[in-house]
Amino acid sequence: MFQSLEIIIKESAERGVPFWKIVQEDDCRESNISPEESFEKMRRMYQAMVESVKSYDAKLRSASGLVGTEGAKVHKRRCDGELLAGDLIGVIMERALMVAESNACMKRIVAAPTAGSCGVVPAVLTAVQEEKGYSEEKMVEALYVVAGIGGVIAERASLAGAEGGCQAEIGSASAMAAGGLAYLQGADAEVISHAAVLALKGLLGLACDPVAGLVEVPCVKRNVIGAVNAVTSADMAMSGILSKIPPDQVIDAMKSIGRNMPAEVRETGRGGLAATPEGIEISKRIQM
Amino acid sequence: MNLFDIVGPVMVGPSSSHTAGAVRIGLVSRKLLGEEIKEAQILFHGSFLATGKGHGTDRAIVAGLLNMSVDDARIPESFKYAEDAGMKVTFGSIDLGEDAHPNSVRLILTGESERKLEITASSVGGGRIMINQLDGLTTNFSGDYPTLIVHNLDQPGHIAEVTSMLQHKSVNVATMQLYRSHRGGSAVMVLECDQPVPEEGIQWLKNLEGIVKVTYYSGTNGGQK
Repeated sequence: MFQSLEIIIKESAERGVPFWKIVQEDDCRESNISPEESFEKMRRMYQAMVESVKSYDAKLRSASGLVGTEGAKVHKRRCDGELLAGDLIGVIMERALMVAESNACMKRIVAAPTAGSCGVVPAVLTAVQEEKGYSEEKMVEALYVVAGIGGVIAERASLAGAEGGCQAEIGSASAMAAGGLAYLQGADAEVISHAAVLALKGLLGLACDPVAGLVEVPCVKRNVIGAVNAVTSADMAMSGILSKIPPDQVIDAMKSIGRNMPAEVRETGRGGLAATPEGIEISKRIQM
Repeated sequence: MNLFDIVGPVMVGPSSSHTAGAVRIGLVSRKLLGEEIKEAQILFHGSFLATGKGHGTDRAIVAGLLNMSVDDARIPESFKYAEDAGMKVTFGSIDLGEDAHPNSVRLILTGESERKLEITASSVGGGRIMINQLDGLTTNFSGDYPTLIVHNLDQPGHIAEVTSMLQHKSVNVATMQLYRSHRGGSAVMVLECDQPVPEEGIQWLKNLEGIVKVTYYSGTNGGQK
């Protein structure tokens, strides 16, 4: 795991090795495995992500009954040609909802970085793969970029809502996905890092305030903003718009904001949306 | 933290701490007991008690006790599988005190040969767990490594016996912890190892004087198949 994006950018430039390969080399060192073994492990993660999109079941409801059917609803409107967002963003929206819903309904997903934010990365990667026709190998390489960015955030800040609020979960997932998207379009390590932190900047300060303490409201729908934000951030970076604040400093800002957040909005279910009259009412009604 | 903790694990939702971590606690406990479970008393503390049901923590622990891993699609129906397997499960609450992790549980297990084990464990985030207590003695291990747990009388020489056996079998010790109830009382050592410990080494230890109980846990590979 790397302490900074700066180290990866520098190493990539000096040795002429791509971002994903540097992350893979580190995994091989840490886990004492060959590049082929590491690649196959990552391939299984990508295949499990694709499976988590395909295995969506619109008939399922979460144990509390608060979540289910959202992805199918957006899917229908997209197929009717009614979405303002257009087709690619439409597919990304519906898949982010589908995978996050499946998670709430105890289906199999890939935590990326967490279970609560599991819809973001599969939604953007699978939708863009279909749009652009990238090979599975290319997608697995992108997943190394995704994981490498998450690793730096874990080292410098946190990936846990209980520590850093939702910015650490959906924010991190969005940053990871944005970096992956930039890589797929041929970005170098520096532009990848900027795409990632542009996404993170957009979600700084996001509270973790789940109603009744469950990974349902608002978590499922927040996967959509994480996914869509990844696309717009990657587009900005690819257009040549870079973060004025250096990438690692953005991650440090996320950490410091997390520290300053009151416990009420760090996954305790005591603040924000959870503490609204309706949130309290729902919590009482469920009485888990 | 490993790269596949960032992208991964593949798991059944909804929560890495309240679901995947709970499966792993059950799974590690089942391996520590070393036999099929006849009866399990499951006592929830803190956040596990407050939000566990909505996160499927109860079904997750039972799934682990049935040897299922974190990505097993049968987890939501684990109660049915427990019934089929003849495992009697009861749930309750417990207050483990201020210092206990909010996501903690105590398991009181009875195996098919009447072997008993009491375990207190916590889910510490991202699906990672910590075994905090075994049969009333404090411990502190993660279940990420092959783990050897030796209960012995608190008298000189037992640590040397265990470590020389490991040396003989070319097993490297990653971490080692020692605990005792009081001087000359009962003691426990927990050794997390880089390699698996051969069965014959474990059998040899079991036959030594002053060694009360040897428990070996072969690791779960992060709880995945």
